[in-house]
Amino acid sequence: MLSGMSVPLTLLGLLEREPSHGYELKRDYDAFFGRGKPVSFGQVYGTLSRLARDGKAIAGPAEHGEGPERRRYVITEQGASDVERWLAEPAEPELHLQSVLFAKVVLALMLDRPAARYLDMQRAAHLARMRELTEQIQNGGVLDTVLADYGLYHMEADLRWIDHTAARLDMIAKAVHG
Amino acid sequence: MTGKPAPIIEARGVEKSFGHTPALRGATIAVARGEILAVMGPSGSGKSTLLHCLAGILIPDEGEVWFDGSRLDTMPEGKRSDLRRDRFGFVFQFGQLVPELTAEENVALPLLLSGVRRGPALAEARPWFGRLGLDGLEGRRSGELSGGQAQRVALARGLVARPEVLFADEPTGSLDSMSGELVMRLLTAAVREQGTTVILVTHEARVAAYAGREVVVRDGMVGSLTEVAQ
Repeated sequence: MLSGMSVPLTLLGLLEREPSHGYELKRDYDAFFGRGKPVSFGQVYGTLSRLARDGKAIAGPAEHGEGPERRRYVITEQGASDVERWLAEPAEPELHLQSVLFAKVVLALMLDRPAARYLDMQRAAHLARMRELTEQIQNGGVLDTVLADYGLYHMEADLRWIDHTAARLDMIAKAVHG
Repeated sequence: MTGKPAPIIEARGVEKSFGHTPALRGATIAVARGEILAVMGPSGSGKSTLLHCLAGILIPDEGEVWFDGSRLDTMPEGKRSDLRRDRFGFVFQFGQLVPELTAEENVALPLLLSGVRRGPALAEARPWFGRLGLDGLEGRRSGELSGGQAQRVALARGLVARPEVLFADEPTGSLDSMSGELVMRLLTAAVREQGTTVILVTHEARVAAYAGREVVVRDGMVGSLTEVAQ
């Protein structure tokens, strides 16, 4: 659920909470952040070796017990300051989706395609996804609700834009055609 | 035969004007039994007028409204009024509780109006307070309730007589987002349990997302987004 960039920092954050083995990190990541999209063991161990290489975590000595050899990872000061900085700065407001919707509307009008129909389809797709998220809220716990709310509020904002744009298509068409 | 269940309520080509201003211009819609349908659309699009026509509150100028195999728009007013009282439930934007009555009496009101005696009517109303998180508020009057509490009382009143269709017109329109969410969660849980059909007018996408399907009213006509998307 989190973007690629935030997996290493999230794992580092979990390490700051307590030194952990790779399998514990995967378990906790999946429980708190994966939300139905688990991180792979390969990604966890790959990330841990990169964090160790970059001096953000240290691998403890190999522990021999039943099953494969295990190592406990500990966060370093540098790692902890990365987590602190990450949590203190705002994320880049994502305008990616907006630009796709914008491009489709303008292009549709430019090419005399049915822009209103496209907006209706987009509205239906957004509402279908909002329905799924609402279902999650009704059946899930507090963390599911908080995450679903994030999606719902964003989609609601998109829908407002869609409605506003649909109401101004004639005006936009004039601007596009000069 | 299409295999689709027969609709419990249906509008066919409904037209309705107020003076020279057309509100509905050939609205057609069919709602299946047990369905929760959201009716969306911009302000002034005709969505509340459509709700009032489907509920038999307004009579269309043209077109037909059917409920459970009977023509509603040609039914005599007395019979329509009985039907609204016995088989329909209503929730509006501003709870519209009777200020002189306690919360409990407000919930029991539809039963009292249909001739149930006071004792049994209040006994029927009481469990709704626990169900909707209103324990301890039974004796309060509407002025002593918060907006969210009053709206939950109104919801209980709308459902207490186990109506076949619940008409909800912007039921969360006057509430903050947390109270609105609670009302919608309770509403959907209660109607699913009772198998009530719901026609929910809203301009809020978050509220519409509680419905199983949505239609959009634009310029007095009904369009289905779901069908467009498929």
